[in-house]
Amino acid sequence: MNLRRDVFQAIADPTRRAILILVASQSMTAGAIASNFDTARPTVSKHLQILTECELLEQAQNGREIYYHINAKKMKEVADFIEPFRNMWDDRFNKLEALMKNYKPGR
Amino acid sequence: MERKTKVHAEDGKQEIVITREFDLPLELLFKAYEDPEIVAQWMGTKVLKLENKKHGSYAFETSDPHGNVVFRANGTIPEFIPNKKITRTFEMENTPFPVQLEFLEFEKLADDTSKLTMHIVYKSVEARDQILKLPFAQGINLAHNRLQEIVNKLK
Repeated sequence: MNLRRDVFQAIADPTRRAILILVASQSMTAGAIASNFDTARPTVSKHLQILTECELLEQAQNGREIYYHINAKKMKEVADFIEPFRNMWDDRFNKLEALMKNYKPGR
Repeated sequence: MERKTKVHAEDGKQEIVITREFDLPLELLFKAYEDPEIVAQWMGTKVLKLENKKHGSYAFETSDPHGNVVFRANGTIPEFIPNKKITRTFEMENTPFPVQLEFLEFEKLADDTSKLTMHIVYKSVEARDQILKLPFAQGINLAHNRLQEIVNKLK
């Protein structure tokens, strides 16, 4: 399994990026995280599962509650690559190119 | 697949250079930067304002499907030369990232190919590295400086 690719897939989703940002400042339970989104609770759970599987989030048991916190080490590992930055621009420029290839002067 | 977009970032420098060759005539490439409706489409953001002139300014805003604003950016345009050059500042609002300066140069390669060189200068080496390290942060606008806290953890 290509874990690195999974990490990049994980942060490609806007909701998952928002979750990472949310738990960056404090550990939170799944319920507390879900309350920040209009998305259905099971959808948020699925996102949490993906983020946990690729080790961007870690779980800690506290009494009966499970808290999620960010795995800073893994985040740094991801961050060390310039590739996601290049990909972001490549995506934008691909869109631009496709758009303009079909461009017809309107007037 | 050929990698058309190149990013050149030297260690310890507060700048980066992004280059891209397009299968487009120079005029069409420039139009994609000039026409607010087209900019909105490929940047995936709403263009609130785009004054293409010397001393003009611009503003972008992105909302989520529920209408909440998730990203706002703005800048001024010190230099605007059609089919040749745009110099502009770029600032992501409500983020800890300082304003950056962008030099965009448009070049004709052949009748139907062109090249864009985007030279971005950051406030400091640290500011550049933070932006590079958090590509996914671009496009997110945050209250409470949570982004800053992530950035601090990465140091």
